[in-house]
Amino acid sequence: MAELRKKEFRTLDDIQLKRVYTQADVVAPSVGNPIGMPGEFPFTRGVSPEMHRQSFWIMGMYSGGGTAEETNKRFRYLLGQGQTGFSIALDLPTQMGYDPDDPMSKGEVGKVGVTLASLEDLERLFDGIPFEKVRQIRTTANAISPLFVAMVIAMARRRGIDPRTINLFVQNDVLKEYIARGTYIYPPAPSLKHCVDVIEYCARNGLRNWTPMSVSGYHIRDSGATPAQELAFCLANAIAYFQEAVGRGVKVDDFAQNVWMFLAGDIAFLEEVAKFRCARRIWSKLMRERFGSTVSETQALKIFCYTLGGRLTAQQPLNNIARVAIMTLAAVLGGVQTLATSSYDEAFSTPTEEAATIALRTQQIVANESGVADIVDALGGSWALETLTSELEARVLAILEQVEQKGGAAACIESGYFQQQLSGAAYRYQREVDSGERVVVGVNAFKTDEEPKIPLYRPDPEVERRQVASVQALRSRRDNIAVQAALAGLEQVARGGGNTIEPLIACADAYATTGEICGTLRRVWGRYTDPAVF
Amino acid sequence: MGERIRVLLAKPGLDGHDRGIKVVARALHDAGMEVIYTGLHQTPEQVVIAATQEDVDLVGLSILSGAHNTIVAEIFELMKASGMNDVPVLVGGTIPDDDRPGLASMGVAAVLGPGTTMHSVVTLVQQLTQRGRARP
Repeated sequence: MAELRKKEFRTLDDIQLKRVYTQADVVAPSVGNPIGMPGEFPFTRGVSPEMHRQSFWIMGMYSGGGTAEETNKRFRYLLGQGQTGFSIALDLPTQMGYDPDDPMSKGEVGKVGVTLASLEDLERLFDGIPFEKVRQIRTTANAISPLFVAMVIAMARRRGIDPRTINLFVQNDVLKEYIARGTYIYPPAPSLKHCVDVIEYCARNGLRNWTPMSVSGYHIRDSGATPAQELAFCLANAIAYFQEAVGRGVKVDDFAQNVWMFLAGDIAFLEEVAKFRCARRIWSKLMRERFGSTVSETQALKIFCYTLGGRLTAQQPLNNIARVAIMTLAAVLGGVQTLATSSYDEAFSTPTEEAATIALRTQQIVANESGVADIVDALGGSWALETLTSELEARVLAILEQVEQKGGAAACIESGYFQQQLSGAAYRYQREVDSGERVVVGVNAFKTDEEPKIPLYRPDPEVERRQVASVQALRSRRDNIAVQAALAGLEQVARGGGNTIEPLIACADAYATTGEICGTLRRVWGRYTDPAVF
Repeated sequence: MGERIRVLLAKPGLDGHDRGIKVVARALHDAGMEVIYTGLHQTPEQVVIAATQEDVDLVGLSILSGAHNTIVAEIFELMKASGMNDVPVLVGGTIPDDDRPGLASMGVAAVLGPGTTMHSVVTLVQQLTQRGRARP
């Protein structure tokens, strides 16, 4: 027997890998459910028959930072470079419902994204940008996503544009904020309902181009989850939202075809291709069997993928370009609909313009030069890949079952179950890196003494002062009686348990600030403190 | 002797990235230390009050939002006002090289960037707390 490099070969989910796979390994996922064809249930091989032969995926990137004017300039530049989807990164005070002059905002204004203190900032952001040229507007809003939606509607109405012609893509998944990302405001129960307000509003107002929710495994993964945990926790959250929506009398086939899943694109190539295929297969069955969907658009899961930032290294940062290229290949061969690629400097800061352009070019090279987009599900039928897809499915379903037994997503958040599972997985991974069992090039092997020298994006320290001045000027200029009336209207609806979107539109239109609006809701719903488990 | 090292790990500011600090918390805990973790979204006041009340030997701050210069300066001012000049402070997260001298001059004992091993964090905490205890 030949001496092997390692005692055993395992995936992140502890799937033991065989030396070689054969036809004998490929078991049909379930009776009457073979691998199937693209565009057909259970959509393992893709959501449509032609996939990327019809059109490439939407290429986007995360961008933002500084003031609305600077971001506006950046959007115009990227639009000229052929980018079709725009992501609006919001700063932390905005995401958590604080105005720039709130004591909680000190030092954070404009740091990781743009400030939206009121409708005025959104108007500056889109000044001179025609909506019809943009295929997709995405945002990281979660706890404040209903407010973001309201601001966009208010702006569209003021521009004389029918909101139904815009394609807005809100993340609007607050449950994962308690598990991983931390930008929550209110406790989980009212927050869940607040997010479902967007789903309900879009379904009842014909906003068919809008994505009212993008259930997110990405941040869960970036907090240390394995691929199976990423999918399972994300699906558990989706089930919680969908149950609430269906409970309000909204039919699953009236909204779920517009709900996307946001997943990470990691570097373990086959494991990731399997993950995207597995996600589609589980989703289709969940929609059909659990929620009674009869429409195939609902059952075909659309995936938004962002290459996994946490996998990029601060050491030898140019290596990250190679990592992102592999991640891009996995996402494309996994059949995603939108892909955002990380910039090589992401481990340091918000991307510089040069780094962001290279990230976009990486996608363009894969799309136009590699040829992998010319065959649908080109890896389908590989014995190894099909086995991985099925094994991952079994693991995801087992975790989902556990979550259900523990009372579902909200109960698992409150007990700290999700959070503990994640920090456990992150700790195991870090121990493998520390011991050298898991090699990360440039970090624990193949090191160089050179210090990384790359140009960094530096947020302008003056931004905070300017934003404070701007919001204070607004407060003295606007019609404060109208603001108070709008806020009172919001409070009344929130206390009565009604849908908050219309009163939020009224607040946005009156130029009430983000802090005032979220402050009103904090008074009604309270605020959340995390259990701080590790 | 025999007394466990007490460490406060805190997430000041609005940043919610807590994978790193939780991994460090487990590593210090497994190395036999007493770890108090504040959870997210702490104001500088809350961090310093926790450090005083828990009578810790070391404070570790984790910030990945870029707000470190403002927040760390405030925490040091409050610590000085509470007479905690001797307690060493570590900062972890995404801190640009250019900001390190500034943080060091505020009094930060070390900045731990991405790629730091758990072993080196444990060793550093042990060294820093021993030095502190040796003082009269």
